[in-house]
Amino acid sequence: MSLLAPVAGLGRATLGLLAALGRIAFFAGQVLSHMLRPPFYLREFLHAVMQIGWFSLPVVGMTAVFTGGALALQIYSGGARFNAELVVPNIVAIGMVRELGPVLGGLMVAARVASSIAAEIGTMKVTEQIDALVTLSTNPIKYLAVPRVAAATLTVPVLVAVGDAIGIAGGWLVGVNRLGFNSATYLQSTVNFLEGWDIVSGLIKGAVFGFIVALMGCYHGMTSGRGAQGVGQATKSAVVAASVMILATNYLLTGLFFTS
Amino acid sequence: MIALRQVTRSFGRNAVLRGVSLDIPSGQSMVIIGGSGTGKSVLLKCILGLVRPDGGTITLDGQDVTKVERDAFLARFGMLFQGGALFDSMRVWENVAFRLLRGGAKQSKAQARDRAIEKLRRVGLTPDVADLYPAELSGGMQKRVGLARAIAAEPEIIFFDEPTTGLDPIMAGVINALIREIVTEMGATAITITHDMSSVRAIADRVAMLHAGVIQWTGSVGEMDATSDPYVQQFIHGRAEGPIAAIR
Ligand SMILES: Nc1ncnc2c1ncn2[C@@H]1O[C@H](COP(=O)(O)OP(=O)(O)OP(=O)(O)O)[C@@H](O)[C@H]1O
Ligand SMILES: [Mg+2]
Repeated sequence: MSLLAPVAGLGRATLGLLAALGRIAFFAGQVLSHMLRPPFYLREFLHAVMQIGWFSLPVVGMTAVFTGGALALQIYSGGARFNAELVVPNIVAIGMVRELGPVLGGLMVAARVASSIAAEIGTMKVTEQIDALVTLSTNPIKYLAVPRVAAATLTVPVLVAVGDAIGIAGGWLVGVNRLGFNSATYLQSTVNFLEGWDIVSGLIKGAVFGFIVALMGCYHGMTSGRGAQGVGQATKSAVVAASVMILATNYLLTGLFFTS
Repeated sequence: MIALRQVTRSFGRNAVLRGVSLDIPSGQSMVIIGGSGTGKSVLLKCILGLVRPDGGTITLDGQDVTKVERDAFLARFGMLFQGGALFDSMRVWENVAFRLLRGGAKQSKAQARDRAIEKLRRVGLTPDVADLYPAELSGGMQKRVGLARAIAAEPEIIFFDEPTTGLDPIMAGVINALIREIVTEMGATAITITHDMSSVRAIADRVAMLHAGVIQWTGSVGEMDATSDPYVQQFIHGRAEGPIAAIR
């Protein structure tokens, strides 16, 4: 009996995880189906665009510029081991647009946005505001979740694009000022090297990550437990779930896009 | 008419409603009394479909409330939540006018705002609170905004969950009179939960007492004073001794 206990525990955990994934998939289905049917709450959508997209720009920009700079230093010192210092512009560009731009951008948005959505909707849940919405003939998924998920799915790719540019600029700054690259040559090799698909694949990742972030925020907020503790738990779960799902999805998408 | 038959609902091991049967005729004012935590709020939420009963049936005009078209069903109701449940991201008047600004019978912004201010006046609030946010109001004022929101669209059936708790005696009198007026003048059906016996007398056509998960007693206000039911007697006179255990 006690010998089998760990196995039983593992089984229970697996079943629990599968059940949670099922509930999340069901919630995602509901959000998507409401997205296609009126009424549409334009004001809530525009508000969410500002909150999720616009106000995330500073944090995504900061992340990108330092990442681009560090990447340039690493590739330079690593490349020096086999006399390949000159690949700095190329690797910085491809690393930023394919991987680091979307993933780090997604994670920063997860920290900033999934938490705030979960806390806001969770508080509405525990103070009966969601019940009040229902009695006022307003569907909470349509009114609260759809605008946020739509806004995140559309704005995170834009954030990623901005982050890509800033990250490459960070690499260029370091390359020109510390590693002795010629400014024009650096930019020229970046432009020549990058292909359209490198950029587009990163933007698609951004859209998927944005969807995940807002979905996790809304799901955990709406299923929040009672009281301040419930909201705290919901906020934490939203950030953890969004981050893990971003990393896992990133692996799957990279496999899908770049191995044939 | 709203009819409940053997409605049950548990939360985990806590069997809150254990077979509630109650009729609320249209155009009547029903007051539900009962100890704290006996499930009065849960009962209202069951009727609205916010909490799903485990068993039993609830019908409105003969139709099962779980099988009706939700939007049309909810459009007939107004609800004042015990905690107010105001939308804290919206101004007071936008809260009151929430239903008027959306959906089928949508009004213009100016019209809805005027209507909201008129409803605020009816609950004893001046027009200058209209542009404040709920967090800027006192508890009793929030309660009254919630009340104004519940009656704003002039629904046929209105639920008031403790409308006078947190109000001073004069304001409580105003709110009691308002609820009575809504029932007699507009012909609305009202269910009010209250612990305040003067409210019960001012508002009720009929009184029902919820205890231990069932309707322990129901009757008119006059019958309530005359009944020998020990539960009702203990409750309305606020005695510590009696069949209802007062654990200290
Ligand atoms: N969502 C919920 N989850 C778990 N338990 C709940 C939930 N809602 C209500 N309960 C429990 O049901 C019981 C009845 O709650 P309810 O709010 O209906 O009481 P009440 O009669 O309105 O009390 P009061 O007069 O204090 O407002 C309580 O024991 C409460 O803990
Ligand atoms: Mg209650």
